[in-house]
Amino acid sequence: MSDRESDRRVPSAVGDGGVGLLTQADLSVPTHQIVDPDGSYDPEAVPDLSAEELCDLYRWMVTDRVFSRRMVNIQRRGELGTFGSTRGQEASIIGSAFTLEPQDWLYVGRAWTPMFMRGASMTDMIHFWRGIETAQQSFAKQNSQIAISIGSHVPLVAGLAWGMQLDDADAVATAYIGDGATSTGAAHEGINLAGALSLPALFFCQNNQYAISLNVEEQTGAKTLAQKALAYGIDAIRVDGQDVLAVYDAVQTAKERVKDGKPVFVESVTYRLDAHTTSDDPTRYRDEEEVQEWEAKDPIERYRSFLQSEGLWSRIDHESIVDDIETEFDEALATADELEERRVRELFAHVYDELPSELSRQLEAFEALLEERPEMDDYIEQRPKG
Amino acid sequence: MQATIVQAVNEALHGAMERDDRVVVFGEDVAESGGVFRATDELLEEFGSDRVVDTPLSEIAIVGGATGMAMYGYRPVVEIQFSGFLPPAFDQLVTNTSRIRWRTRGELTAPMVVRMPYGAGVRALEHHSESLEGAYAHIPGLKVAVPSTPADTKGLLTAAIRDPDPVLFMEPKRIYRSIREELPEGDHEVPLGEAAVRREGDAVTVVAWGAMMPPTLEAVDDSGIDAEVIDLRTISPMDTETVVESVKKTGRCVVVHEGPRTLGVGSELIARINDEALMYLEAPIERVTGFDTQVPLLSMEDFYLPHPPRILDGIERALTA
Repeated sequence: MSDRESDRRVPSAVGDGGVGLLTQADLSVPTHQIVDPDGSYDPEAVPDLSAEELCDLYRWMVTDRVFSRRMVNIQRRGELGTFGSTRGQEASIIGSAFTLEPQDWLYVGRAWTPMFMRGASMTDMIHFWRGIETAQQSFAKQNSQIAISIGSHVPLVAGLAWGMQLDDADAVATAYIGDGATSTGAAHEGINLAGALSLPALFFCQNNQYAISLNVEEQTGAKTLAQKALAYGIDAIRVDGQDVLAVYDAVQTAKERVKDGKPVFVESVTYRLDAHTTSDDPTRYRDEEEVQEWEAKDPIERYRSFLQSEGLWSRIDHESIVDDIETEFDEALATADELEERRVRELFAHVYDELPSELSRQLEAFEALLEERPEMDDYIEQRPKG
Repeated sequence: MQATIVQAVNEALHGAMERDDRVVVFGEDVAESGGVFRATDELLEEFGSDRVVDTPLSEIAIVGGATGMAMYGYRPVVEIQFSGFLPPAFDQLVTNTSRIRWRTRGELTAPMVVRMPYGAGVRALEHHSESLEGAYAHIPGLKVAVPSTPADTKGLLTAAIRDPDPVLFMEPKRIYRSIREELPEGDHEVPLGEAAVRREGDAVTVVAWGAMMPPTLEAVDDSGIDAEVIDLRTISPMDTETVVESVKKTGRCVVVHEGPRTLGVGSELIARINDEALMYLEAPIERVTGFDTQVPLLSMEDFYLPHPPRILDGIERALTA
C-alpha cells in the first residue's frame, strides 16, 4: 500500500498538532463541456461524428422529449398507472446511450429512449408502464433491463461485467443510476467490486439534483458525486449533462477505458424538469425559480444552436421529426391497447423453470374457483391500460 | 471414498467445475485460504484464479454479482461465510435473484447457488448460529436445500448447481465433520424437492432436516419407538407427498426444527398435513423447535437447541395425546 502515490503526498490542510487532513478542498473536479450555454464551442473539441450521426443525436433527443410528453398526457387521461418523465435529461440520456453497441449491457434507472435505440418498441415501453410483463422480456432480448429498486441493479451490472471479463468479450456492462442511488449500499458494493476486480463496468450517474424530493446537496456531504469513484480506485468524469456532445464524448472516452478493464464512473449533471413520477408534486419541495433556471438550460435548444453553427440545421426538418414520432407513438399505443385478456395461469408461469406441485395445486384450485364462481369477475379488474 | 459433509461439499464443487466450465466459485476467503471451513480447498490450485475468486467483504456484491454473472450465462456458486451474514444480501435475493426468470418471462434466468453454513452449536459468536430457512423459503422463485449427510450433500449440491433456478444451499455446520460415510463415486445427483425416509416405522412420523437429523435419529433409536423418520432435505419446493403419505400411515406427527417456532417451516408442514390428512390424525401434531428468541450466545445455546431428550418428549406427547 505504501507505494501508492496517495500515501506519499502530503495533505495540504494541517491541524494545530501538525496532523495532516485530506479534504475535499484538495480535490479539483472539473466538469467537461463542449458547447457552452451561449452556444459557443471549440470546433477542435467536437467529437468525431458524421453529419448523419450528429443529426441522429438531435432526432433521438426529440424522441425522448415527445415520448415523455405523450406518456404524461395518456397518464392524465387514465391510460397509464404512472410514468416518470425524462424532460430536461435528454442530452444526458441520448449522449450516453449513443455510445452503446448491441453486445453491451444496459441496466437503466431513468432512461427510456435508449431501449428504442437498441431495438425495443414504444409499445414495449407503454406495456412497461402499464405493468405488463412482456416489456422486460423484450428489453432482455436487447441486453437491457429497467431497475425499479434504486441502486439494486449496480451489483448485477458488476456481475454482468464479470461475465464479459470471463468471456473476454468486446463489451461493456453499463449501469444507469441517479444521484439517489449513490447513497445505497448496493451501489457502493457493486462499484467497489468492479474496482477491485477491474471489471468492464461503466457507471453512468444522472445527477438530476433530486431523489424524489431530496436535493442532492442534502443527500451527501460530498461536493460532487464523481469524486466518490476515486475511493473505489476507479476513474471518474464529471460532465455537463445538458451538453449532448460532452456527454457523448465523456461516455465514449469512458467506454474505451472500461474495455481495458478500467471501470469508470461518469457523473452527468442535469435536471429533472418534470415530477419524479406523475404521482409526485414537485412544487412541495422546489421553487419555480429553480425550475426556470434549468428550463433556460434546455439541452435540445443548446444542441440546436450547435447544429445551426455547423450548418447542419438545414438538414433537419423539426416538424416532420416530431410528426413521425407522434405517429409512431399513436401506432404503439393502438398496438398496446390491443392487449388480450390475461389468464391467471400467466401469474404462475416463470416463477420456476418447472412448476412445483404446491404451486400447481394453488393454480388449479384458483382456476376451479373462477369456474365455479363467475361473480369473481366483479372483483378482478383487468387493467389493459394500466 | 469416506468423507464428511464439508468434504462432500468440496467433492461436489470439484466435480461440478470439472464437468462445466461455466461454474465459477467466489466469496470471502474461498480461493487462497480455501474457505474458513476448507469447503473450497484446492479449487484455486485445480481450476485457476479466473474461476475461483476471493471477493471483498461484500455480501450484496457477492449475491448480486453472482446474479448478474448467471444472467450472462455462467453458473456461479458463491459462499456466504456464515448464514448470519446473508441478511445484507437478502435484498438481492428478494429484489433480483429470485425474480430474473419471472421478470423477463424466462428470457433471462439466474441459475446460481448461494452456499452457506448455518445453525447453532459450534461455540461461535453472535450471528454465527441462525436457522432462517423459513424466511428464505418464503421467497417465490428461490429454492432452499438443507442436506444432513455427506452423500446427500454431494448429490444435492450437484443438483443445485445444475438447477435452472437459483438455490440457497444451507450447510449444517454443526455436523460438518461429525459424520463420515462412503460418498457415491462420480456424478452423483439427488433431486431437489424429494424428501428421504431415513427410518421406516408405524407409530409416529418425525420430520426433520439438516443438523436436526442426528439428534432426531438418536432420540428415536434410543427410545425403541417405531417411528418413521423423514429427512425433508429440500425446504422449497417442499415434498409434501412423502410427509402426507407417512402421516396417513402413522396418524401422528412431530416436526423438529432449529429455527424459531412461530411461522417456522413446521407451521407450513402442519398446515399441509391438515389440508391433506386431517382425518388420519389421531393426535395434534407436535413441534420441537428453537424458541422465538434470538439464538443465544454460545454459553447458553444448549438451552435453545432441540437435543434428543426434548425431541423424545415431543414424540411421546404425540404418542400419548
